[in-house]
Amino acid sequence: MTRTIHLSLDINGRRYDLDVEPRVTLLDALREHLALTGTKKGCDQGQCGACTCHVDGSRVLSCLTLAAQVEGRQITTIEGIAAENGELHPVQAAFVEHDAFQCGYCTPGQIMSAVACIREGHAGSDEEIREYMSGNLCRCGAYNSIVAAVREAAEMA
Amino acid sequence: MRDFSYLRASSADEARQASLQAGSVLLAGGTTLLDLAKCGVMEPETVIDITHLSGLGEITVDAGGARIGALAKMGQVADHAGIRAAFPAISESLSLAASAQIRNMATIGGNLLQRTRCSYFREPDVFPACHKRNPGAGCSAIGGVTRNHAVLGTSDTCIASYPGDLAVALVAFDAVVELGGRTVSVEDFFLLPGNTPERETTLQRGEMITAITVPASAAPKNSTYLKVRDRQSYEFAAASAAVGLEFETDGRTVRDIRVALGGVATKPWRARNVERALVGKILSLETVEAASRLAMEGAVSHGANYYKIELAPRVVARAILKVGGLA
Repeated sequence: MTRTIHLSLDINGRRYDLDVEPRVTLLDALREHLALTGTKKGCDQGQCGACTCHVDGSRVLSCLTLAAQVEGRQITTIEGIAAENGELHPVQAAFVEHDAFQCGYCTPGQIMSAVACIREGHAGSDEEIREYMSGNLCRCGAYNSIVAAVREAAEMA
Repeated sequence: MRDFSYLRASSADEARQASLQAGSVLLAGGTTLLDLAKCGVMEPETVIDITHLSGLGEITVDAGGARIGALAKMGQVADHAGIRAAFPAISESLSLAASAQIRNMATIGGNLLQRTRCSYFREPDVFPACHKRNPGAGCSAIGGVTRNHAVLGTSDTCIASYPGDLAVALVAFDAVVELGGRTVSVEDFFLLPGNTPERETTLQRGEMITAITVPASAAPKNSTYLKVRDRQSYEFAAASAAVGLEFETDGRTVRDIRVALGGVATKPWRARNVERALVGKILSLETVEAASRLAMEGAVSHGANYYKIELAPRVVARAILKVGGLA
C-alpha cells in the first residue's frame, strides 16, 4: 500500500506542490520530484555534506530531513542563490576565481555551506573556515582552494 | 528505508499520546532517526514530527543555572552567550561535535538519545548478531574489531560505547532531564547495558524529554571539554573529558572538582573516584596524573580498544591541568 501525502514547499521563493510518500527526504523531493538536481546526493547518510541546503536561512543536510518536515519553512538550494539577472553569488564567483573544485560534485554543497558559514561569522581565519566547513567532504582534495575562496568571499562580504 | 505514516503533532500532549502506540517514534532533528532508518536499524511505523511545536526550544540562564528546552538546536546552545559564560564545557562539547549542518538540525533532547556508532549495531544485514537490536541474538563486536568500543561499563552482552559529547558534560555538572511529569538526573537517565543492552535509558513509552536543567556553581564556570579523536574535526571521541574545577581561596587547593569521560564507556561516565582523590589536595602534575589513572578502575579491553585505557587518563589529566592553570 502506497500512502502519499500532499505537500506545499517554498523553495527559492517559489511554491511547489507535490504528492510523496512520507519517507521521502527533502533531497529526494528536490531531485526526483521537482527536477532541482543542483543539490547532490553523495553518501545519503549525513556524512558528506553534498546535499547541504538552507532551511529558514540555516544550513542543513537535506538527506536527513523529511520533505514533510519543512512544509512552511523557506528552503534555499544552489539554484536559488545567484541574482535574477544570472550574476553569480559572490561565493560562487570566488569558487570560480580560485578553481575551488575538480570534479565539482561536492561544489553545490560546499557553496551552500560556505554562504551560511560566512553569514554565521565563522569564516574569520583559515583555521576557523576549516573547522566550520568540516561537514563538507571533497574527495578530489580541493580543500586549499576552497578555503581560499571562502576566505576571499568572507573578506568581501 | 521502509515507509511509515507521518503525523505532525500540534501539541506536546498530542505527541505523547500518539507515541504510546507501539512502532511510533518522535522525530526532532532527524539526524539519528533518518540515519538509522536508512541503515535498517530503525523501522518505525509512525513518525511523529515534533519540530513544529513552539515553546520547547528556549534557553534561559540565570544565577541559579541553565534551562535548555529539548528542541533547542545543538548550535544554538553552543553559541549561547550565557551558556558559554557559565558552562564553557557544555558549549565546547557541542561545538566540537558533529558538523555545522548537523548542529543546526539536531536538538538537545535528541542529542541525549543518539545511538551508539558500533559498526556491528549499524549494519543489521551484515551482522545479524546484536543483543542491542535483537536481544538474545549474540554480539558480533565481542571478538570483532573493537577500536571504537567501550572499556568501562561493558557487559558480556554489549561493549558498544555511548558516542555523545554533550551528555558527558551534563553528567559532570549534575544536570537533570525533565520528562514532562517527572525529572531524573542525566547520570541515572542512562543505563548500563548489563543483560538488557536494548534498554539504554529510563525513558518510558509515551514520555518525551521537554528540557534539561543544569545548576550553576563555580566548577562548571571554570570548565573545559577536551576531545581527542582520529580526525581533527567531524569525528567522534576516541577519549574525551569534561572537567570543572574550583579552588579554595589559596588558589591551589581543590575545593570542588568534576570529572566525566566520553568515548570510552557504555554511558556518559562520571569519574567520582578521580574527584575524591583530588578534593582537598594541592593541585600539581603528580597529584593530577595519579588521580587521573583512577578513571580506568575496572576497565576491560577487548583487543584493539586497549589504547583507550592508556589514552583516557592522559586526556583527563590534560583537562584538569588546563582548568587548574597548570597547562
